[in-house]
Parts: sequence; structure tokens; C-alpha cells
Amino acid sequence: MTPAAATDRRHYLNASYTAASWLFTVDHKRIGILYLLSVTFFFLLGGAAAVAFRLELLTPAGDLVTAETYNNLFTVHGVVMVFFFLIPAIPAVLGNFLVPLMIGAKDLAFPKLNLTSWWLFMIGGAITLGAVITGGVDTGWTFYTPYSSTYANTSVSTAIIGVFLTGFASILTGLNFIVTIHTMRAPGMTWFRLPLFIWAHYAASLIMVLGTPVVATVLVLVVLERSLGLGIFNPNLGGDPLLFQHLFWFYSHPAVYIMILPAMGVVTEIIAAFSGRRIFGYKFIAFSSLAIAGLGFLVWGHHMFVSGQSMYAGIIFSFLSFLVAIPSAVKVFNWTATLYKGQVRMLTPMVYAMGFMGLFTIGGLTGLFLAAMALDVHFHDTYFVVAHFHYIMVGGAVMAYLGGIHYWWPKITGKLYHEWWGRISAVVIFLGFNLTFFPQFLLGYLGMPRRYYAYPEEFQVLNVMSSAGASILGIGYLIPLVYLVWSLKYGPDAGPNPWGAKGLEWETYSPPPTLNFDTTPVVECEAYDYAAGEMAPELPGTQGHGSSTSEEAGSSEP
Amino acid sequence: MSPEFALMPEQASSVSAEYDALLFTEIGISVFFGVGICLAIMFLAWRYRAGSEVDRSDPPEGDMRLELLWSGIPLVIALGLFVWSAKLFITMRTAPKNAMELHVIGKQWMWKIQHPGGKREINELHVPVGKDIKLVMSSEDVIHDFFIPAFRVKMDVLPGRYSMLWFKPIREGTYRFFCAEYCGTSHSKMIGRVVVQSPADYASWLSGGGNNEPPEVAGKALFESFRCGTCHREGLTGRGPVLDGLFGKQVRLAGGGMVVADENYLRESILDPGGKIVEGYQKLMPTYRGQIGEEGLMQLIAYLKSIAPDGKQPEEKR
Ligand code: HEC
Ligand SMILES: [Cu+2]
Ligand SMILES: [Cu+2]
Repeated sequence: MTPAAATDRRHYLNASYTAASWLFTVDHKRIGILYLLSVTFFFLLGGAAAVAFRLELLTPAGDLVTAETYNNLFTVHGVVMVFFFLIPAIPAVLGNFLVPLMIGAKDLAFPKLNLTSWWLFMIGGAITLGAVITGGVDTGWTFYTPYSSTYANTSVSTAIIGVFLTGFASILTGLNFIVTIHTMRAPGMTWFRLPLFIWAHYAASLIMVLGTPVVATVLVLVVLERSLGLGIFNPNLGGDPLLFQHLFWFYSHPAVYIMILPAMGVVTEIIAAFSGRRIFGYKFIAFSSLAIAGLGFLVWGHHMFVSGQSMYAGIIFSFLSFLVAIPSAVKVFNWTATLYKGQVRMLTPMVYAMGFMGLFTIGGLTGLFLAAMALDVHFHDTYFVVAHFHYIMVGGAVMAYLGGIHYWWPKITGKLYHEWWGRISAVVIFLGFNLTFFPQFLLGYLGMPRRYYAYPEEFQVLNVMSSAGASILGIGYLIPLVYLVWSLKYGPDAGPNPWGAKGLEWETYSPPPTLNFDTTPVVECEAYDYAAGEMAPELPGTQGHGSSTSEEAGSSEP
Repeated sequence: MSPEFALMPEQASSVSAEYDALLFTEIGISVFFGVGICLAIMFLAWRYRAGSEVDRSDPPEGDMRLELLWSGIPLVIALGLFVWSAKLFITMRTAPKNAMELHVIGKQWMWKIQHPGGKREINELHVPVGKDIKLVMSSEDVIHDFFIPAFRVKMDVLPGRYSMLWFKPIREGTYRFFCAEYCGTSHSKMIGRVVVQSPADYASWLSGGGNNEPPEVAGKALFESFRCGTCHREGLTGRGPVLDGLFGKQVRLAGGGMVVADENYLRESILDPGGKIVEGYQKLMPTYRGQIGEEGLMQLIAYLKSIAPDGKQPEEKR
């Protein structure tokens, strides 16, 4: 079989064309595509809200929209981006598609649960959007009590029910990954032969399964206080507003690791592939994922240094927050060392991965400023915090997500996109991102609080810079949308392994058949088994390496 | 508070300078590591670009000593920063004894401030330079947050309890303060200015018009009108404990345990008397929740504090 014949070959995309074959599919790859389309929609929606409030912030006075609208805009942006884009993005799209392929399985352990997860996600999304359209939501994505539970006049309860359902989508995905990774690895695929993408998803899945029920519960309590007047958080009813913050951050800090651990997994794969060599310090990267997942559950109080939490609790949370930075630093050092004596190819996914390393490093280092209690006193709830977490969640997770989409695009679609446009998009996003968010560090230091509709004049220069950057960033995100869609029709066929990468997913066809492999692969070598000094193909899409691997995959035994 | 563009907030309180010292140390360390790692990445990516003619024999798969080194060094630095920041944080959170006490009440969407002599102001805070100032703060509705960037201080203002913020202004001038915790529609309107004056100017400002009675006097009147004294008095007819000298003392509770009688304890005793029962007394006291507002509570507590002249100011550690 040759790539030219790929068009007549049966694969997961052309297996059936009916709507029902998509909406009720149990194929993990098709569910991955469903998630891809859904999260892209939510990303555009959350992005549109951001464009609107960045326009408002061009001038100090509140003039473009009303204060209520502004508060709705940043709430929608936060809720949609966190719960409907960042948390599902990498695990539910790339993880869904790749976990079975990478471990040599036919599907996830519970295909129907996987489909249920997507449906819950969509129903949750529809309910939350319904709340936004009918009554709005103006609490911020953090839903702090007693504002959310007693004082807000918007559709808070409905929005929360939507988020609640989405939480279960996430729990089901995590559960599915854990069971799949434990039980469905191909013969010979030992734990330490797993790609680090799998380790990262395993760690993130633990957080999804252990943390999400807590936030689901606390959100339900908010609804109960709102609707039935149960005194849980409102002190006038005998409740405790800090209780909400403790429970909320118990999940929502680890949720950052649901976003960033899979992102680190993606970056690890890309760096190994485009350095053409085995990853440096495999076990350190693997265990640092678990360390991050574990320690991540013990640091929630760093969001509460000035909330009225006891000073001694604050000191302990600060200490643990400094500790959790170490495993992340270890990863960055190991990625860097992987370049040493490699064959480094600066193709699009690698440019995205490099962007990730730069932005994630800044995000991580500024995180240490916030872990230091004394510094956090001033920075808390200012734009410094906004900048910091965007460096982690957008500079980190979104860069990695896009890098991953580009890296596996040939596998997912069987097509190659335009390489130069790919690199240009990565660079435009990197520059636009920095122009948007770096000024916000300064704004925070100067004292501009977040969630401000109008602000004193002295903050205008930096806000204009930030809004200008946001427009570049917006364009940067639209470029891939265009050339990726374009490649579906006009892109050259990719062949099974255009990058010359190692890993089981590259040993089957692109796009893979419904059952992934013609025969169950048997694993006989370590992960990232690149021969020392081996030269991979110079540019993707040329026959050479690609077609030979295709023959291998076509024959029954790899 | 100049409307011009600046890169740094003013340093106007006793902790501002040390705050900035710690901050710039962290910035220095971050720039060192951040730039170092970026240079290393760029250098390696260029030197080992595909096809370049360099030695690639025996690429290492890992190195235990390196791993220990690059987790150990950041760990030591992190611990150093932790210790420094913890010390500064303790200073920032521990109000000096005998600080001048002002009452702050936040509500959607304004700040009400009352000075020791009884003078009130709204969305403005006048303070004398060089004095330790302690704000005792509470909210009438949702959570707010009192934030003075030039002083590098911030503290949430919660409903149902008191939180404290202290600072010592070192430079005369006007500075902005903000509500930093999102509190609804007009959150961004909940701002004001701190006016730091020389003690003489402050005194003459205080004696300017609109003086109210001092909070402890108003509190005494409330104490009488609510007839607290029918139970809280000496002798056999006193069914409640004597409150003179209570503030700042340790209180022994029924069922074991001790608490320090600070502002939050007094508040709880009045609003939720059944919550903590004093040893040797019955659960007799009615709740005053809903009958006494935030301001009245602050005044009552100011009165209870005034009848405990040698009551030590409990240290603020919460
Ligand atoms: C019906 C009698 C009664 C009245 C009226 C009453 N109290 Fe009490 N109070 C008690 C009793 C009995 C206790 C001790 C048991 C407990 O802790 O609830 C007490 C305890 C207290 C305490 C804690 C004392 C300690 O030693 O720790 C404070 C403070 C207090 N009351 C303040 C007030 C104030 C202020 C008022 C008026 C607004 C008031 N009380 C009205 C009976 C009363
Ligand atoms: Cu956190
Ligand atoms: Cu506010």
C-alpha cells in the first residue's frame, strides 16, 4: 500500500458519512474530532468576549458598553475558556485521539462512556450559554460567595448547572484514561516504555477524577443557597464565605495542572521528535508529572493569603507552593538538555514548542512572585495575577495545544498543511501574546485591580498596548484556522509518518483505520528509540521515509 | 497620585521599600534563570540544527548528578525567598500595639470610614504621617477588599467578621485606594484616596466641621438602650459575666477550650451568643442579629474595649 492509495482505503473518517455515525460514534478518534470542533467553537466565543472587553479597556472611562455588560463579558470569557476550552482542549481532543493509538489499543476502555462524556459536555455548554443569553452571568468564573449565592441578579444557578454537567464530562474522560492506560497497553508496552504524553495524561486524569467532584459539590451548594436559602456561605444565614473559597480552589488550583500537564506531555513528544533523539531524563519527566499532580492538591490556600485565612495557614501554603515549582523547572531543564547532540528541525510544531518553553518559563517564574506571601499581598487580584495565569494557561497550554494540533494534524487528517504559514502563525501568536500580557504585569505592579470596567487615567498607556497586542494575537489565532481548513482539501497526502517520528501512532496509516492497527502491535523497544545521529527527512511530504513506513504498517507485523 | 504614566508605584509606607527590595531580588533571579534558559535553548537549537557538522557521538540519556543539581539549586533559592517573604509577611500582618484604630465599613459600592474621635468620611481616608494606623474592617454585604498600592497593603473585607489591615505612612501626599475584590456592578467605582497629612494638619482636619460623637460614646448609649446591663453586672442579679476588662483577656469556655476576647469574639458573642458559652454561665443571652447594624456593632465593641483600659491589644494573627 502506498500513500497515493490512501484515498480509497477505509479509515475512520470515510467509514461512514451519516450524521448519526458521527453524533453517536464510539470511535475515540471521531469523538476526538467532535471535541475538536466543539472546543474550537468555545474558543472563538471566549475570544470574541475578550475582544469586546479589550476594546472597552482602550479608554479609562467606561464608554463602549455598560458596566453590567462588561461584567458579563469577563465572566463569559473566563467560564467558557476555563471550563469549556482549556480543561477539555488537550485531553479530550488530542488525548482522546492519541491515548489508544500511542499504547497500541483499539479504543479506550469504555467507548460509550466516552461518547457520554461528549454529550454531557455539549449539554452543559448549551445550558451555560443559555444562561448567558437569557439572564447573563456576572460573578466572574470564580463564583465567589456571598456575591454569587445571594447578591447577583443574573442567571447564576443555570450557568452553574451547565458547568456542573461539564465537570462530569471531565470525570468520565479521566476515568477512561486511567483504566485504559492500566489495562489496554499492547504487549511489551511496559510503564517505562510509555510515551511521556501518556504519563502526563495519566497524572492529569488523576486530578480530574479526584478534584472535579469537589468543585461540582461546592457549585451545587451555591445553587442550594441561592434557591432554598440554606445558610452555607452567607454569614447572615449563619454560613462562612471562606468555606466556598477553600473548596473552590481545592479543585481550581489543581485544574491548572489539568491544563498544563497534558500540555507538557505534548511538548515532550514534539521536542523528542524534532530533536531526533531520546528524551533526556525520561523518568524524571515522568515522575515530575506525578509530583505536580500530588503536590498540586496541597497549595490551594495561595489564592487566599489576604482573604482572612489564618497567617500560619498562609505560611504553609506558601512553602508548598514554592515546592511545586521544582518539578516544573526539572521538566524545562530536561527538555533543554534533549536538544544537546540532537538533529534539531525547526518545523511548525517545534516553533510552537519553543514558544511554549519561553512563555511557560515566564509564567512559572512569576508564579514564584505570587507564592511569596508578602509579594502576593500587593499583587493579589491585580493585573499581575491576570498576566501570570495567562502566561501559563494561554502561553503554556494553548501554545502546546496548537503545537500538538500541528504535530498530529497529518495523522488526524492524512494531510499536510502549509509549512511556512505554520511557522508564521506561531511567531505572530508569540509576539501578539507578549504584547498583550507583558504590560499587564506592570499594570498589576502599579496597582490596577482586575475586573475593573473603568480605571484611572495613569493606567491607559499600558492598557492600550495590551489591547493592541490582543488584536495581533487574535489574527495569529485565525491564521491556522484558515490554512488548516485549506489543507483538508488541497494539502498533499501526509503518509503515515511525515516527521520521521517514533511512537506507535506513527506506525499505522494516516488517517488510521477505525480499529487503529491492522494487527495488535508488539512493542520491543523503548520510547523515543531514535538511532543516535540519525537524520530524519528534511521536509515532510516527500515519499522516502513515509512510504517505507507505510509498507511496514500495511504488512501484518510491525 | 499623579495621573502620569509611571513604571513603579510610589513608596509611601514603612513596608514599601522592603517590599520592592524583595520584588527586585526575585526579578533579578528570574531574569537570570529565564534569560539563561532561553540562551541555552537557542544555542543548542542552532548548534545541533539538523545536518550541522558537529560531534553527536554518545548522546546522554540522562544524568543523575545534573538532575540533582538542577532541582537542588532552585530548591535552595526558593527556600531563601520563602523565608524572606514569610518574615515580611508576618510584619505586614502583625499590627503594632497602640496603633491608631480606624473603622472601615465596605458596602456596595462605597467605603465608610470612622476616626477614633468619631469623625466620619466616605471614600476618603485622612491619616497622619509617621503613625501606625490600624483599620478594623467589615462589610455590610459581599466581600470587598481594601487595597492601597502605594503602601503595598491589601486585605479582604468580609461580611460577618472583622479583618485588620495596618500600615505606617511615611510620606505626605494623596494616594489611591481601590476595592480589589470583585463585588458587583460598580466594583470599579469603589475607589477613593488616602490623604496623608502632617500630624498638625490632620488634627486641624479632625477638628473641622461635621464631628460626630466618638464610637465608644455611641456604643455606651447602645449598651444602655439595649439593656445589656440587666444581665451584665456585678452581684447575684447579674446573670451574665461582667464585661469590664474583658477585651484582650483569655476566656475559658464551657466544655473546655480558651479563646482570646478580640473583636471577632465580641462580635460573635453579640450576634451568635449560643456559639461559644462562657464557662459557668447559662445559654441565656438573646441574639442581636438583625437588630444592631455593622456600625452599631463597631460602636458597641469600641465601648467594650474602652472599659478594658489595660486590656492588651491581642496580636493580629489570623
Ligand atoms: C438575658 C441576659 C443577657 C443580656 C440581655 C445580654 N447578655 Fe451578654 N451574655 C449573657 C450570658 C448569660 C453570657 C455568658 C454565656 C454566653 O457566653 O453566651 C453572655 C456573654 C456575653 C459576652 C461574652 C462575655 C465573656 O466573658 O466572654 C459578651 C461580649 C456579651 N455577652 C455582650 C452583650 C451585649 C453587648 C449585650 C447587649 C447588646 C448583651 N450581652 C446582652 C447574658 C446576656
Ligand atoms: Cu493556584
Ligand atoms: Cu469591589
